[in-house]
Amino acid sequence: MEKSLEVRNLKLHYFTSRGAVKALDDISFDLYKGETLGVVGESGCGKTTLGTALLNMPTPPGKIVGGNIIMNGQDLLTLSESQYRRDVRWEKISMVFQGAMNCLTPVYTIYNQMMETIQYHRDMEKSEADARIRKYINLVGLSDDVLRRYPHELSGGMKQRIVIATGLFLEPNVVICDEPTTALDVVVQAQIINLLKELKKELSLSFIFITHDLATEAEVADRIMVMYAGKVAEIGSNEEIFGAAGPMHPYTKKLLVATPRLHERVDKLAFIPGVPPDLLDPPTGCRFYPRCSEVMPKCSQEEPPITEVSPGHKVACWRCA
Amino acid sequence: MSEYILEVKNLRKLFPVRRNLQQIIKKERRFVHAVDNVSFSVKRGEIFGLIGESGCGKTTTGKVVMHLQESTEGQLLLDGKDVTRLDKEALGIYRRNVQMIFQDPYASMNPRFTIRKVLLEPLEIHNIGSTQEEREAMIVKALESVKLTPAEEFLDRFPHMLSGGQRQRVATARTLILNPEIVVADEPVSMVDLSTRAELLQMMKDVQQQMGLTYIYITHDLSTARYFTDRIAVMYLGRIVELASADDLIDNARHPYTKALIAAVCEPVSGKVNVIKEVPIEGEIPSAANIPPGCRFHPRCIYAQPDCATEPEPELVGDENGHFVACRHWKELKRKKA
Repeated sequence: MEKSLEVRNLKLHYFTSRGAVKALDDISFDLYKGETLGVVGESGCGKTTLGTALLNMPTPPGKIVGGNIIMNGQDLLTLSESQYRRDVRWEKISMVFQGAMNCLTPVYTIYNQMMETIQYHRDMEKSEADARIRKYINLVGLSDDVLRRYPHELSGGMKQRIVIATGLFLEPNVVICDEPTTALDVVVQAQIINLLKELKKELSLSFIFITHDLATEAEVADRIMVMYAGKVAEIGSNEEIFGAAGPMHPYTKKLLVATPRLHERVDKLAFIPGVPPDLLDPPTGCRFYPRCSEVMPKCSQEEPPITEVSPGHKVACWRCA
Repeated sequence: MSEYILEVKNLRKLFPVRRNLQQIIKKERRFVHAVDNVSFSVKRGEIFGLIGESGCGKTTTGKVVMHLQESTEGQLLLDGKDVTRLDKEALGIYRRNVQMIFQDPYASMNPRFTIRKVLLEPLEIHNIGSTQEEREAMIVKALESVKLTPAEEFLDRFPHMLSGGQRQRVATARTLILNPEIVVADEPVSMVDLSTRAELLQMMKDVQQQMGLTYIYITHDLSTARYFTDRIAVMYLGRIVELASADDLIDNARHPYTKALIAAVCEPVSGKVNVIKEVPIEGEIPSAANIPPGCRFHPRCIYAQPDCATEPEPELVGDENGHFVACRHWKELKRKKA
């Protein structure tokens, strides 16, 4: 399969007054054309940071300190900021931010804010740009009528659709969706998930779908990358993570049992004791060992390498190494 | 003592809509019907769930029960006594008995207060405990009951030094310290990480069983509600459309709206990636200022019959198992179109 993005040993640190927070530590993964890669983890595991790193716009005081982001054979991190802005951001990689529906400018109509984006990037006739906007607005299931409205006149679901349309209409190769459904009601959430599935089929682009909710990931992602404390814990296909055999990494296993299921009656919900480590000073060895129930003496001393247990299924755990 | 600790009868809460000059001259009045004729009874020692989408009136109902907002119409009974309107003194006693846990643990605590001060404040307000030692002992006990141990270690910390889960524990301890009868919990776990969510709910359940508390659990999340609650009431646009025991409601949903909510929930199982999920509901939730005539759900209902729009609103009717539903046609639901 063709790769649309290769990420190698990506490192991003936040330089705070107390020291460097290693928010992303040696992240490597591939993204194939036409697939959805789900990124899951608890808050503070670096999943949103990963999204901003791929756009090369880390939130200050963050800085990318190493690694490569390769697209079509070119390392994007060697580009200058102005090149990145012109040729990559939104052109090749776009992002639907968390709570993006609250980020629409309240004083612009939907049409004007979409037009502004398109005119910054493309030297396009107004009529052509107009047609493009209408095409994408219809693609996300809205009527042209919303274009002359202001954000406050629209519901949360409609605003989310507009933000998705804005992420799509420069026809990027990769769209990063950061928690696109968390602020929405269940019914609207299901509709947006259906929309993303349809778009993936029609436009054959790649999605990176960031969320903390494993249940949503099971619905949308072809492959799932589980992150813990700035590291990749496990990458596997939907079947390998959610199938009958279950995942391999103890963290993924625990996360999965802690996810409540509607159609099963349980008397006690499982949970993971403790809290994620402080990334200013992460524990030596495996970062999950203080909370792990399958811990071995080796775990606290040496960091487990990420091993391929079966083609495409990678786990960073000494039990699988 | 009656079986029901709290009874809510025909509760209504209207909010006036701001009018333009023309409407003021014409003396037109419009209202948002946030809660529109809601009745339910909560049994002593049970966990009662109020479920619905944003804007369905679940939080407003909670606030009216707390007397944070006064009802427009209707009656509230606590232990069989009318508590609909309370004077200042009676309100103080009422608030000791009915406490609330708020959704956002980052906003519900004064950032300049230490945990000791956060927990001391309710004791001072309600004049509980005479000496400092006595109060300190109560604070330590409350922290221990929410499993923040050793308690001494947390007393001098500030809220920002705690994780979201720990803060929600402090918020729970703050309600428990007054030894209330009812705790209204408004989305207590929605801002807490998944891995600690279950732990927090487990702790709340343990405390409830030990102290014989009654919870009103307000949420939009059916999956945790099934695990956490005994009975669930589903609200839509300010009304209860279905009420039953948690298992019965989810396994044998009767109202078309409940069915749609259940169908929309994601489950962590494989094999659904390329399937477009069918959500049996149409359109979007209408404004509560402009409630459709007839059954308020009919414009979005895929089973709606002509009489759903013309006949008066269906009442909440129950069977002998305590399964209540407000739908005329729930026994013979037929699709409008294929």
